[in-house]
Amino acid sequence: MASTVDIKEDYKPEGIEGPGFMATRLDKVVGLARANSLWPLPFATSCCGIEFMATMAANYDVARFGMERMSFSPRQADLLMVMGTISKKMGPILRQVYEQMAEPKWVLCMGACASSGGIFDTYSVLQGIDRIIPVDVYIPGCPPRPEQVLDGIMKIQELAKNEKINRRQTPEYKEMLAKYGL
Amino acid sequence: MHRPVHPSASAEIVELHDHVLKALREKFGEGILHSQIDYDFPVFVLKKDIIHEVLEFLKNDASMGFSFLTTMCGAHFPEQGDAEFSLMYQLHNLEKNHRIRLKIFMAEKEMTVPTITDLWAGANWMEREAFDFYGFKFSGHPDLRRILNMDEMNYHPMRKQYPLEDASRHDKDDKYFGR
Repeated sequence: MASTVDIKEDYKPEGIEGPGFMATRLDKVVGLARANSLWPLPFATSCCGIEFMATMAANYDVARFGMERMSFSPRQADLLMVMGTISKKMGPILRQVYEQMAEPKWVLCMGACASSGGIFDTYSVLQGIDRIIPVDVYIPGCPPRPEQVLDGIMKIQELAKNEKINRRQTPEYKEMLAKYGL
Repeated sequence: MHRPVHPSASAEIVELHDHVLKALREKFGEGILHSQIDYDFPVFVLKKDIIHEVLEFLKNDASMGFSFLTTMCGAHFPEQGDAEFSLMYQLHNLEKNHRIRLKIFMAEKEMTVPTITDLWAGANWMEREAFDFYGFKFSGHPDLRRILNMDEMNYHPMRKQYPLEDASRHDKDDKYFGR
């Protein structure tokens, strides 16, 4: 017997309810809206990108998570998905894409290469994208299975749901960006 | 005629080798240092300064007809002293399906070689690659700058004295790698 949790109830934030109204915290409502309408920018350079295509297509279907529209412009994207080996020559381009994204923005780092350079411990490959941009969620694997990617996406959704509404204006956040020279 | 031949080389390849070697010897004499057959490839080692003339002859001479530059690349053999850097050119006669290989060797101090972009426009990127990875200078090249590595790189990474691994990693413990 399948679980009988009502999906609408499951998403509902805590609050005070009565007939025809509900009072809750603004950051919960904003978080709910953001988490379920993340527009990803797929920055796919190699085999992880192929695995992402499977995740995106009908069998796994990221559209279920409010990610129907892939944004190929960083200006309309909320989530940067970095999938594959990033060479040092590609580094500044990735950084520029990140800089062009509007706040709030999240970064999902898929696979061994993007996370750490993977098997490519060599002079031409960036040893993990966290050397140039901040990363929110890492997905291990070489390449990770679509289930893992979906799990990573759900972790990003959790972050988006629970983010303080002023987090991006805090000195801690600006300090963190400054560490990356952003 | 000195001619080390690989056992798998067919009579046709031996014939091709002898034909090209004869023509080169007639035209360039002592400039042809050595020749051999590796598998199904006749290989000719030349004096460095005649490479452009030889390639021009092989391309334009009617009896040669090597109209296509398949590839060219650099190589580094640090144990060879004054001949440590090498350039290899691979030519193809598309009409007869004949392939040959030419090699030149040089010391680190004399890595300037005439460009062959006037013979094959496609050599442009190949020469940029050889410059990028080994530091060969091609005199007369229209745009000799790095092609694959990032512009900020300050060395030629395929030279053997440089490590392959990324120098910025500090998390790798040598004992797990048998070192």
